[in-house]
Amino acid sequence: MSARLPSGGSRINRRKKIDFQFNGRRLKGLEGDTVASALLANDELLVGRSFKYHRPRGIYGSGEDEPNALMGIGEEGNFEPNVRATDIQLRENLVVKSQNHWPSLSMDFLSINNLLSRFFSAGFYYKTFIRPRFAWKYIFEPIIRRSAGLGNAPTQEDVEKYEHVHFETDILVVGAGIAGITAAKSFQDTGLSVLLCEKDSEFGGRLVSDSDELEREINHQVLKKNLETLKSCENVSVKLNTCVTGVFDHGYVLAIEEKSGETNSPQKILWKIRAKKIVLCSGAFERPIVFPDNDIPGIMLASAVRDYIEFYGVLIGDRVVLTTNNDDAYKTALKLKENGINVPAILDARKSASSNLVKKVKEEGIKVLFGKCIGRVEGKKRVESIGVCAVNGQGSIEDTIQCNGVAVSGGWVPNANLWSHCGGKLEWDKKNGFYKPDHNKSSIGHDGEPNMIALGSCSGVFTNFEIQDQVPRKINQLLMGMKIKSKRSFEKNPFRKEQFSADIPVFILPHGAGKDIEKRMFVDFQNDVKVTDINLAALEGYESIEHAKRYTTLGMATDQGKTSNINGINILSKYLGRPVEEIGHTTFRPPYKPIPLGVIAGQYSNKLFKPTRKTPIDAWSETNNAKWEPVGDWRRAYAYPQENETISQTLTREVLNVRNNVGLLDSSTLGKVLVKGPDAAKFLDLIYTNKMSTLPVGKCRYGLMCTEAGFVFDDGVVARLTDDTFLCHTTSGGSDRVYAWFEEWLQTEWFDFEVYVSNLTEQYSQINVVGPNSRKLLKRLKGISLLDSKLPFMHFAEGFLDRIWVRVYRISFSGELSYELAVKSNDAAVLWEKLINLGNDFKVEPYGTEALHILRAEKGFIVVGDETDGTVTPQDLGMNWIVSKKKEDFIGKKALNLPFLNKKNRKQLVGILTLDEKFVLPDGCHAVEDGRPIGHVTSTYFSPTLSRSIALGLIEEGHSRIGSTIEFSVSKTESAFGKLVDPVFYDKEGKKQDV
Amino acid sequence: MLHIYCPICERYCDETELVCGGEAHIIRKDVTNNDQEFYDYLYARKNFKGVTFERWRHLFGCGKWFHVSRCTINNQVFGSYSIRDSRPPKSLLTKIKRLRVDFKGWIK
Amino acid sequence: MKKYSVFSIAKEAFNGDQGWEKAWKKNEPKAEYDVLIVGAGGHGLATAYYLAKNYNITNVAILEKGWLGGGNTGRNTTIIRSNYLQESSIGIYEKARSLYESMSQDLNFNIMFSPRGVLMLCQTEHELRAMKRTEQANRLYKVDTKMVTPDEVKEIVPIININGPRFPVLGGLWQPRGGTARHDAVAWGLARKCSSLGIDIIEQCEVTGVKSSQGKISGLDTSRGPIKAKKVCFVVAGHSSVLANLAGFRLPIESVPLQALVSEPIKPMIDCVVMANTVHGYLSQSDKGELVIGGGTDGYNCYSQRGSFSHVEETVRALVETFPVISRLKQLRQWGGIADVTGDRSPIISKTPIGGLYINCGWGTGGFKAIPGSGWATAEMIKEDNPGSLAAPFSLDRFVEGRLIDESVAAAVAH
Repeated sequence: MSARLPSGGSRINRRKKIDFQFNGRRLKGLEGDTVASALLANDELLVGRSFKYHRPRGIYGSGEDEPNALMGIGEEGNFEPNVRATDIQLRENLVVKSQNHWPSLSMDFLSINNLLSRFFSAGFYYKTFIRPRFAWKYIFEPIIRRSAGLGNAPTQEDVEKYEHVHFETDILVVGAGIAGITAAKSFQDTGLSVLLCEKDSEFGGRLVSDSDELEREINHQVLKKNLETLKSCENVSVKLNTCVTGVFDHGYVLAIEEKSGETNSPQKILWKIRAKKIVLCSGAFERPIVFPDNDIPGIMLASAVRDYIEFYGVLIGDRVVLTTNNDDAYKTALKLKENGINVPAILDARKSASSNLVKKVKEEGIKVLFGKCIGRVEGKKRVESIGVCAVNGQGSIEDTIQCNGVAVSGGWVPNANLWSHCGGKLEWDKKNGFYKPDHNKSSIGHDGEPNMIALGSCSGVFTNFEIQDQVPRKINQLLMGMKIKSKRSFEKNPFRKEQFSADIPVFILPHGAGKDIEKRMFVDFQNDVKVTDINLAALEGYESIEHAKRYTTLGMATDQGKTSNINGINILSKYLGRPVEEIGHTTFRPPYKPIPLGVIAGQYSNKLFKPTRKTPIDAWSETNNAKWEPVGDWRRAYAYPQENETISQTLTREVLNVRNNVGLLDSSTLGKVLVKGPDAAKFLDLIYTNKMSTLPVGKCRYGLMCTEAGFVFDDGVVARLTDDTFLCHTTSGGSDRVYAWFEEWLQTEWFDFEVYVSNLTEQYSQINVVGPNSRKLLKRLKGISLLDSKLPFMHFAEGFLDRIWVRVYRISFSGELSYELAVKSNDAAVLWEKLINLGNDFKVEPYGTEALHILRAEKGFIVVGDETDGTVTPQDLGMNWIVSKKKEDFIGKKALNLPFLNKKNRKQLVGILTLDEKFVLPDGCHAVEDGRPIGHVTSTYFSPTLSRSIALGLIEEGHSRIGSTIEFSVSKTESAFGKLVDPVFYDKEGKKQDV
Repeated sequence: MLHIYCPICERYCDETELVCGGEAHIIRKDVTNNDQEFYDYLYARKNFKGVTFERWRHLFGCGKWFHVSRCTINNQVFGSYSIRDSRPPKSLLTKIKRLRVDFKGWIK
Repeated sequence: MKKYSVFSIAKEAFNGDQGWEKAWKKNEPKAEYDVLIVGAGGHGLATAYYLAKNYNITNVAILEKGWLGGGNTGRNTTIIRSNYLQESSIGIYEKARSLYESMSQDLNFNIMFSPRGVLMLCQTEHELRAMKRTEQANRLYKVDTKMVTPDEVKEIVPIININGPRFPVLGGLWQPRGGTARHDAVAWGLARKCSSLGIDIIEQCEVTGVKSSQGKISGLDTSRGPIKAKKVCFVVAGHSSVLANLAGFRLPIESVPLQALVSEPIKPMIDCVVMANTVHGYLSQSDKGELVIGGGTDGYNCYSQRGSFSHVEETVRALVETFPVISRLKQLRQWGGIADVTGDRSPIISKTPIGGLYINCGWGTGGFKAIPGSGWATAEMIKEDNPGSLAAPFSLDRFVEGRLIDESVAAAVAH
């Protein structure tokens, strides 16, 4: 049984007990425990069920390589599924639930899959559920979906907050083990800024925890001394609890910092780091050996067994057998023995080994069986005994050893995950049986120079002595490459040279295992991929490692193959009889450690998600019951409903008030781009389809812009302020686009033009005073004269109205007498309130964007984006008059001559009057002729002014069809008929606006 | 996440400050050209796999356009130069040839 | 071809799974074929399949420079839909969707076509009107879609927040027969069928040169030697311009990174595919339980099959805003593909300036959904040396004529 030792545990505080819940039961842990160590201390060996066969699984590792112990943590808005128990600190009253079982962890009905596993070999679902056709959708897939997935989906909104931090550094050191610390301090006095990130809460990695009694004191001293030096390095910043998780182009790196404690502050911070050079000291993973029944709870990585004793004073069992191919596992044996645990045997796959470590283990009286491995494990939900067999045999059991724990070690493999995120290549180290960073093929910075080096065990260098030798040397080389001189002299290596017996790279044991044994050997624990699955994939021709991975799902679980990749590759290699380096490996991709989506979103949620642009009049509209709509990044008042009004009543009221009285519109969102300079007129002649150079100062002219492909792009009124200054109005959504368009042409094509452009959209706000009473209303404000003789239609004037500076445009988008007042944005709210309160006798009322649209549709004015959709030319809109024939060139001129843009059957803008006056054609409704669509409605409204339905539409050969009646398909069964007319429905002569 | 040098600000900029404007040194065509030439101008692109020359704008910065030479395989950046240059500067081409054996010279 | 069925599985289960055949044969290239298809992705394989199935043309080789299905076929978010606006787009995508419905049976390979419905959200008035127009077009061109109200949206996708402060959901366009399929299975199933019909699949074979005389194609140089053929079709999404440059012409294409990501697997939380074009993100949940997430393309040309994190960030931010309960789910991995984007964002199925050389490319971010329809149309073009009605609108000369097929007008930014 697993239990807490009476003493020991460097990370726990034995005086501080912590209550927590596991699957509804109250358990006790200690301060400093991870959930995993607390569960082990409570003899909770069974902690989860596997993905496919729902097999019982126990804790396998002690870090982020853990494949089995995934938990649902927390409750309600704090609930998080798929959290590694090894990766999370125990907190008071934490609610922990195991996953993927029904009805309970110990009795899971879906473990029937396990009994049927022979039918569920790799890819079985590609081969079945094919007929009958409906069955997949209605029967099989729903069952598969329900049984797949691991943790439960959260149902409530996340209560935690997250934040992003940007950071620039010359050097980023990843990992603060002995390699990382040594590397970081080597940059002392170089003048380079250094950031050292460590995912753990402590420095030193495995340096102290993995040392034996003899080394312990030395290693401890070395660490202490190094940390003191590090502290004195002013150029080095250190972040603990910060896991580097992604490397992107040009030294862009992501790291997640886990904060704990303070409430109301962000619990996780995403660091976005730009580093000139990255020094990877990310350590190594212990690789398991694959053997029969290797997934039963109680089987654990040897290093994890050691970690649980060292850090938490917790034991996997009191009779622990080891199976290994290397010396490192002997450290676990000694650690167990030190703590009074019975180690019945070490099964060592090697023929012999005689290093000091091995000798010492033997001296302790531990039986070492060379050339042996595990051939069978008894026990269902926990290990009861193992069967010993010969490494080179077929798995016949020679002996049985009673035990309740198995520690397994296949040696260490470099953790080179980050190395390959951004193009760094790996090379196969045949002697050691692992992939390691290929320093000739590292990722590069913007300059094309290598921007990453790997040091320590992630580079395949494992002993302290060798690391201490490697790191300063490599850093010196790096500095030389950066043309920086280090003042540091090499220190004497404080470690002693260790003697190890060589590992032999073995991956699956016993070597002669037949099919019956291979199907009990798990490679990827979480996804239940067995040796037989990989073999079957290869048999069926899925020989590329990418195919085998996808066919079997090897390495695609939440641990991303940290424990399974190397073994999988070797199994494939063995089956195909091709060397491993020919098999290759799949690509590691970000993130190294999964990132919660909320952390990626950061602080930019809710109101900070695409912040809303608001006009100065927004606050007034808000308090006056505006209904809003988003327009580009802006929000605009859609309408201003009054009490007890339906929305259509509101719109009718707003429209009629403009037609009969006077309305106010906040049109501040209108784009305003100033174009100034000696060549401004020449430039605008190229930008607009019509001529702007002939526009006199003081006048306004409507203009259309096309793309080079000949399609309408934006429109608006241009005012000539002075001889060399034009103010170009754009659509509300288009101001940034148009401004960028001007800049692009000026900077990249016509850079010899003397023109400056400036986007003044937010500098000026605009209030439209619209309706037959607008002039009368404005007359009440002292200041510039607005008489028709002083300010005729399509002119503008500048001056003061009631001491507020304004530029008044006499233009109209409604067909009514209309003044558009541009004011400095600071004055907009004041002027608006003045106007609203100016004449109770006139009943000045605001109107919103929808009334604006109805008013302009009645007048037959287009809206870019409604009547145009990026495929419409000025000719299609019946606006030939605005396309200059005289100008030699303008943007779009060439394209407007292309054959397709001049075809007879193009869709053209027309007005539509339904025969049933009350029937409003639905939005987007299509016209049909003999059942064939011939065009569609672009704007459709009930016109309050005309008291009937009106619409605009783009209809094939529309201009020549004017006067005829065509069919509109309204729904599957209904049609409506409409007469095609000129698009101007209201005041065709234009008398009303020009009074 | 590219890091590209803005020759106007004289500093490296994060990609998020910039927008890419596509292939560089395309000569505008107008009514005097035939439809095929106009197609070449408006749509046909080299889209090279390897060393390319393109236009970038420091949108959230100085707002200026400039030229950049970059490799579309590994994102190595060879240099930035003026938007007014109608072809890559000789010194840059020499540098690229030195750095990249696969570069056969600038193709118009 | 050994038949796949529940019986063959049972039989093999008791036989230790020893009797399975290779899904597709590993062929050596012959000196000459009637037709060479370059690119063993979905579109290339489907082209070969329909050449054999519809026209009995089987002296065909498919050349693949890497591993089969390793390009965009194995890297996309597997969405299948046909709710397009323009007639020509609807034609080919609806053909593809309907072929997907029976593909598992046609191929005797379960490609897991799962018509769980595709929902496109409308989050501005403008988008709402655009979608209504699409709905009307869909009905007239016989595509089954309908507009749904915000409340219906909530019913279809209970985890959605329809009252977000920034972009409340105003409605949605619902295509119940859209959905997803298992992308690898589409490639493997087609490859297995092609192989059984006698078509050679040659992996690890890179095209290094294009041979032509008097304006007509005569064969290809490859890393495994020269191969002759009078008809050649490039179907190499992500490398179309590279091969076109080899052949001496330029395409209206730019190749840009497109990224996707998946979360860790969780129990079912969303049943259909949701696309939110205003905020740039789309989401579905695979049969394995992973949330599959995609967004827009990166802004510059690149062939590296990886993109910039800022795009992932933008997409995820949009989706967390739209589906707040996904905040605690973790991103498991991200990857990139190379999207060939054309001047009008619509694909190219066309003859080329070289006689007997055809090209199928430019599917941008949305090629997966088109695979069988595209293969069908391309096979027809190769057989007849002329595009049929499905392919004709997508010819290269449309750009010269100004005959663009612009789908972005329907505000459909993402695919």
